Amino acid sequence: MPHFLVATTDDEPGVLNRVTSLVRRRAFNIHSLTVGPAETSGTSRMTMVVESDEAGALRVASHLEKLLNVLKVEVLSERPSVVRYLALLRVSAPVATRGQVLLVGNAFRAQVVDVAEDSVVLECSGSAEKIAALAEALRPYGLLELSRTGALAMARGTLPSVVPLRRAATEFSPLAMSV
Amino acid sequence: MQLTGAQIIWECLVREGVDTVFGYPGGAILPAYDALLDYPVHHVLVRHEQGAAHMADGYARASGRVGVVIATSGPGATNLVTGLANAMMDSIPMVAITGQVGSRLLGTDAFQEVDVTGVTLPVTKHNYLVTCAEDIAPALREAFALAKHGRPGPVLVDITKDAQQTKVEFDWDGAEPTRHLRRGHPPIGESQLARALELLHESKRPLILAGHGIELSGAKARVLAFAEQMQIPMATTLLGIGAVPARHPLNLGMMGMHGEAWVNQAIQEADLLLAFGMRFDDRVTGTLATYAQHAKKIHVDIDPAELGKNVPVELGVAADLNTFLGALLPRGEAQNHGQWLEHIRELKGDAAVRDIQTLPDEGRLFAAHVIHELWRLTEGGAIVVTDVGQHQMWEAQYYHHDEPRSLITSGGLGTMGFALPAAIGAKFARPGKEVWVVAGDGGFQMTMAELMTLVQEGLKVNIAVINNGYLGMVRQWQEFFYERRYSATPLLSPDFVKLAAAFGIEGRSVSTRAEAVEAIQAARSSTGPFLIDFRVEQEDTVFPMVPAGAALDAMIRRPMPSVLAETGADVS
Repeated sequence: MPHFLVATTDDEPGVLNRVTSLVRRRAFNIHSLTVGPAETSGTSRMTMVVESDEAGALRVASHLEKLLNVLKVEVLSERPSVVRYLALLRVSAPVATRGQVLLVGNAFRAQVVDVAEDSVVLECSGSAEKIAALAEALRPYGLLELSRTGALAMARGTLPSVVPLRRAATEFSPLAMSV
Repeated sequence: MQLTGAQIIWECLVREGVDTVFGYPGGAILPAYDALLDYPVHHVLVRHEQGAAHMADGYARASGRVGVVIATSGPGATNLVTGLANAMMDSIPMVAITGQVGSRLLGTDAFQEVDVTGVTLPVTKHNYLVTCAEDIAPALREAFALAKHGRPGPVLVDITKDAQQTKVEFDWDGAEPTRHLRRGHPPIGESQLARALELLHESKRPLILAGHGIELSGAKARVLAFAEQMQIPMATTLLGIGAVPARHPLNLGMMGMHGEAWVNQAIQEADLLLAFGMRFDDRVTGTLATYAQHAKKIHVDIDPAELGKNVPVELGVAADLNTFLGALLPRGEAQNHGQWLEHIRELKGDAAVRDIQTLPDEGRLFAAHVIHELWRLTEGGAIVVTDVGQHQMWEAQYYHHDEPRSLITSGGLGTMGFALPAAIGAKFARPGKEVWVVAGDGGFQMTMAELMTLVQEGLKVNIAVINNGYLGMVRQWQEFFYERRYSATPLLSPDFVKLAAAFGIEGRSVSTRAEAVEAIQAARSSTGPFLIDFRVEQEDTVFPMVPAGAALDAMIRRPMPSVLAETGADVS
């Protein structure tokens, strides 16, 4: 199943390469990866979706935490979290069908962000399923371009006041991990 | 103080306590080599950069200090890759410094430009591309700190030529590294200690798996105290050899693919395994599906990513082993596992009868004889540096190491060509020790150019070439698993004695056990380096053996003496 890993890293050249290289050589597949500045300047936040069992996801996390440039790694699938994707869709929209295209967009709470003579660009955020459904709904009208981000994810609830750099050592026992 | 980047490199190395470096000059590292002449650092000129990397590795293994290797850009740096990977797999602290083309030429495919930080990314703990002189001291200080910190490993610092040439203010204090300290370990919890004691208390058949981490952590005394207090037998990994004395009554010997059958049997029958600084490599577990199924596992390793990686464990402790045992020892109570120890003695069975040492001398020379005589004549006191293959396994079986850092061998990567250069590094690290290379005829030919480095440096290192005319370990696998179709394993060698003579090295070729003893004595009493070409049985086989992918106790045992002359195919 997909696991959501959030890594906070130094914002330095080459860090993305270090992270992806490690995940690749430990033989895990990255479904999606989204990178941007984190709340503290000089740090980046990487949200990674990795296809693995739970033990595998924790193993990737513990390998990632060994990288000098990685400050912490959260495995969000361990707790309730918000996951969002963003998509831009260019849809053919001549005058004859424009109204219907906009209606479909509306139904998915997509925003119109560009209008041209014979097409419109819609912006939509939400779950992966919602975006896939919108794309399918628009396809009969002529889906000219589709650009999607990877997942952005954040845990729900109160932020722990002190985020430990490392899990307590006992948590590395797989028995303890599964609790 | 205003210094060039090149001077800063040496200022940093000297302050890190470095007195010997191994390297090879070239265009992009020229400024550093020029500055070298003004610093009290001995530079060992190698014949190939791979040799330099293995020398730094051997130096680090023999001394416990950080080994330093220097190379130029492009091919100089790519030639280090095998040596870095070797150090990475075996957790050896090393710092590699490479020259890089000028920063304005980066990315233009300039002469001798290679993306070295890209190429070495997976085989280093961390690496740096330094493009300005101000960044040299912070990068180098952090590199040394990282190489030693936690689980040791190699770190590479790639420095552009212009960064070496630029003059800047040298600020040693301002370059103090802190980022590696983000990686603190949580203190060892009372609950972990209590759980460990509980598991020990419940256990009737405990066994310690003694790994390289004991040596790296300096935990020998505490491991022995613990084993003695609890009366727990120990089995070692290949790199754990010497970490606990071979002749300690509780030390059973080496486990794994070529470990003793009864040692592996004991692991399979144990009800508690205490894995100390080892990582359940496939060479010690056999197939995981049937590995030590009756045993609960306590795994202590400084690297949290190792816990539960290959084998699920009841208790995983991410900690320095010596610290962990320091906390555990005073809480433990003496135990007695007399029945279990007696049972292990029974498992031993007729193993002694099958030992090649008990064979009458029929005039033929077996590699195991050579190793046995080497051990006997050096009284187990030499540093032995092996290459990779059959001779390496025979060394592990027949040279009984009682001291840490006395067996230097490429474990995880299995790098042929490692022995000679690593021995040169080891001799620099511990000049007072007798150092022997034990290499096969295949691996020796991979890096034998370093014989000249040995001579140029005036080192006394003895070399035992175990010459069987085959790439022996591969031949053995072909014998067992490929119907003796010897594809590309028969190997022609030069006359090693004449070859040694060409380098100015004394040599001797022997083919009987009596000659072997004489030659070892001659090598030991000679003042210069000495090479012995041991012409051993050609199709000899390393027993016991767990076939790859088989269960740990599904061993092909040593044949009984009467059939020893036959090949393995006849006795399995």
